[in-house]
Amino acid sequence: MLDTISWKGARKGLVIGLSTSPFGLLFGAVAVDGGVTPLHATLMSGIIFAGASQLVGVQMFGSHVPAWLIILSVFAVNFRHILYSAALAPHIRHFSPITRYVSLFFLTDPQFAESARRVDQQGELEPRFYLGMALTIYVIWVAASALGAAFGSLIGDPTALGMDVLLPVYFLGLVLGFRKRPLFLLVVPVSAAASILAAHTVGSPWHVSIGALAGVLAAILFHRDTPTNAVRSEDQP
Amino acid sequence: MMDLHTTLIIFAAGLATYVTRIAGYVLVTRMSRIPPRMETALNAVPAAVLTTLVAPAFFDGGWDVKVAMIVALLVGLKHPGLLLIAAGWGAALLLRHLPFA
Repeated sequence: MLDTISWKGARKGLVIGLSTSPFGLLFGAVAVDGGVTPLHATLMSGIIFAGASQLVGVQMFGSHVPAWLIILSVFAVNFRHILYSAALAPHIRHFSPITRYVSLFFLTDPQFAESARRVDQQGELEPRFYLGMALTIYVIWVAASALGAAFGSLIGDPTALGMDVLLPVYFLGLVLGFRKRPLFLLVVPVSAAASILAAHTVGSPWHVSIGALAGVLAAILFHRDTPTNAVRSEDQP
Repeated sequence: MMDLHTTLIIFAAGLATYVTRIAGYVLVTRMSRIPPRMETALNAVPAAVLTTLVAPAFFDGGWDVKVAMIVALLVGLKHPGLLLIAAGWGAALLLRHLPFA
C-alpha cells in the first residue's frame, strides 16, 4: 500500500512536522491559558489546520469578539493560501478531482514550499508524495496541539512563566515575515497607530478591524501602478 | 459538555480557511488577472491585521513586555521563527526573575 514515493513524502513530512511541533505545543498551551478547552484547542488544529490563524482565533475567543469578526480574521490571516493554491493549480491538475480538493485542505506554508520544490526537482508533483507529506504533517500537528493543551492546563502562574509575552512576540514574528511586501513600512505604522487609538477610544474587539482597515486603506491610497509594467504588458502580444 | 457556540465558530473558521485554500485554484482556472490596486490591498491584509494584535500589547504592556518585544524584534530581523520567540520569552523571564535592585 505504501510505496517508495509515499514514504519519501512522509519522510519530508516528518522533518516538517517535527520542526513545527513546538508551535503546535505552544498553540495548545496558549489556547488553554486563554480559556479554550483542550478539546476545542485540538479541534481547531484538526479543522482549521493553520497555526497563525488558530492563535488569532484563540486570542479573540478570550476577548468576547463577535463570531463573524473571528471568522473574518481567520479568513484574512489565511488569505495568502489563495496565492498558494493559484500557484499550485497547474501541478495538481492531473490529480483525480476528489484528490485535488482533499489535497487543497492540507495546503500549509511548508506543504506549499516543499511541493513547489518537488516540481522543480522531479518535474512533477505526485499525489502520493503530496498526501504522504500532508498526512504526516497533519497527524503531528494535531497531536502536538493536544499535548500542549494537556500540558498547558498544568501550568500555574502564566505571567511568572512569561506565557503572556509568547503570543504578541509570535505575532510580531509573523508581521516581520511580511516585511518584503510592498508598502510594509507604511501599513504597519498606520495599523499600529490606528489600533492603539481605537483600543483606547472605541474599545477592545473593534481595534482589530479598525486598525486593519486603516492599514489596508493606506495601502490603497499609496498604491501606484508601475508605469514600466503597464507599458510592458501592452507591448507584449 | 462541549460548548456548541465555540464548536460552530471553529467549524465556520475551518470552512473559511478551506475556501482560501481552494479559491486560488478555482480563480486561476477562470479569471485572467486581478486588478493591481486590489492586489495591493490584498497584499497589505496580513501585516495590517497582525499588527493590530501586536501594537496594543506593546503600548499597554509594562517595561518588561516592551523590552522583551524589542529584543524579539531585533532577533527576528536576522533569525525568524522559534529563535525570535525564545529571545522574547527569555528576556521577559530574565526581567521578571532576576533581582536588579
